[in-house]
Amino acid sequence: MQQSSRLAIYALIELASKPDSQISAAEIGAKYRVSAHHLAKVLMTLGRAGLVQSVRGVGGGYSFTGNAKRLDLDQIISLFEDTSTSCKLADPSKATDEEWALFDVTKEISDIARSTYKSITIQTMLKQVNRRSDMRKRSRNEV
Amino acid sequence: MTEKTEKKQAAFDFKICRATPHHLKYVVELDERTTGKSKFDYWQDIFERYGARRIDQRFFLVAEAPNDGGSGILGMIVGEVRGWEFGSEPCGWIFAISVEPDRRQQGIGEALFKAMCDEFRNVGIEKVRTMVRRQNTLQMSFFRGEGMMAGPFIQLEKKLNDG
Repeated sequence: MQQSSRLAIYALIELASKPDSQISAAEIGAKYRVSAHHLAKVLMTLGRAGLVQSVRGVGGGYSFTGNAKRLDLDQIISLFEDTSTSCKLADPSKATDEEWALFDVTKEISDIARSTYKSITIQTMLKQVNRRSDMRKRSRNEV
Repeated sequence: MTEKTEKKQAAFDFKICRATPHHLKYVVELDERTTGKSKFDYWQDIFERYGARRIDQRFFLVAEAPNDGGSGILGMIVGEVRGWEFGSEPCGWIFAISVEPDRRQQGIGEALFKAMCDEFRNVGIEKVRTMVRRQNTLQMSFFRGEGMMAGPFIQLEKKLNDG
């Protein structure tokens, strides 16, 4: 997964977890240790896709406008990268048996990854984040 | 859960109980509505095996509206405790779940899943598994939403006429 896709998912989780707040690119960037400039580009793409909206001025920032129950990871990743390229043959008509054999393997992996991304919504990611957070608190209490 | 104990859900008025022979017709109809295929013989066999025998480790649960006067079921789930196949410690397997299409997104599937997990927990089981067709995004998303993730096993298959 490319860094832009990763940042987009982080930003959407962050914004969807605080639906009534406006959060700046700088705040999100600081949390994930990335430049606000890079994040702003990612947020612009998400804005064009109708997943976030920005409010300018003091107290402004970004807010989530998508449907967390319906928005899956594959839809987000597809905004930043061609999810089908990982298993494409350059020229299928000239491909050798060896190239086809490797194609079969990479396609198998790619299909599994794609269906996994398709099945995970932002809402599911929020639940996963909460479970992680609970696990971390429990292990801290045990120490 | 015994046949007498029922769970009421706060968000939507329905109860979950063990399936009885009275539910067979409704299970067949629900399955036909959701899969497009009628499989009476299959479900009758499942009822005989999961509704009556080894019921301490086999669970066939249905969700129905309270005071149901024969109007059918809202959903169903079937699972059992299996162990040692494929080198696996005993765990709970869910192999069928279905909710009436126009009653989805109302917590019925989640309640059925949780009830099944309670049944497994009550007999000392710590892990639940299922298998989902990759293209079945609806079911995959449902189980993911309930916290299920890829486990340590991977399913392999081969066409027998491929040589």
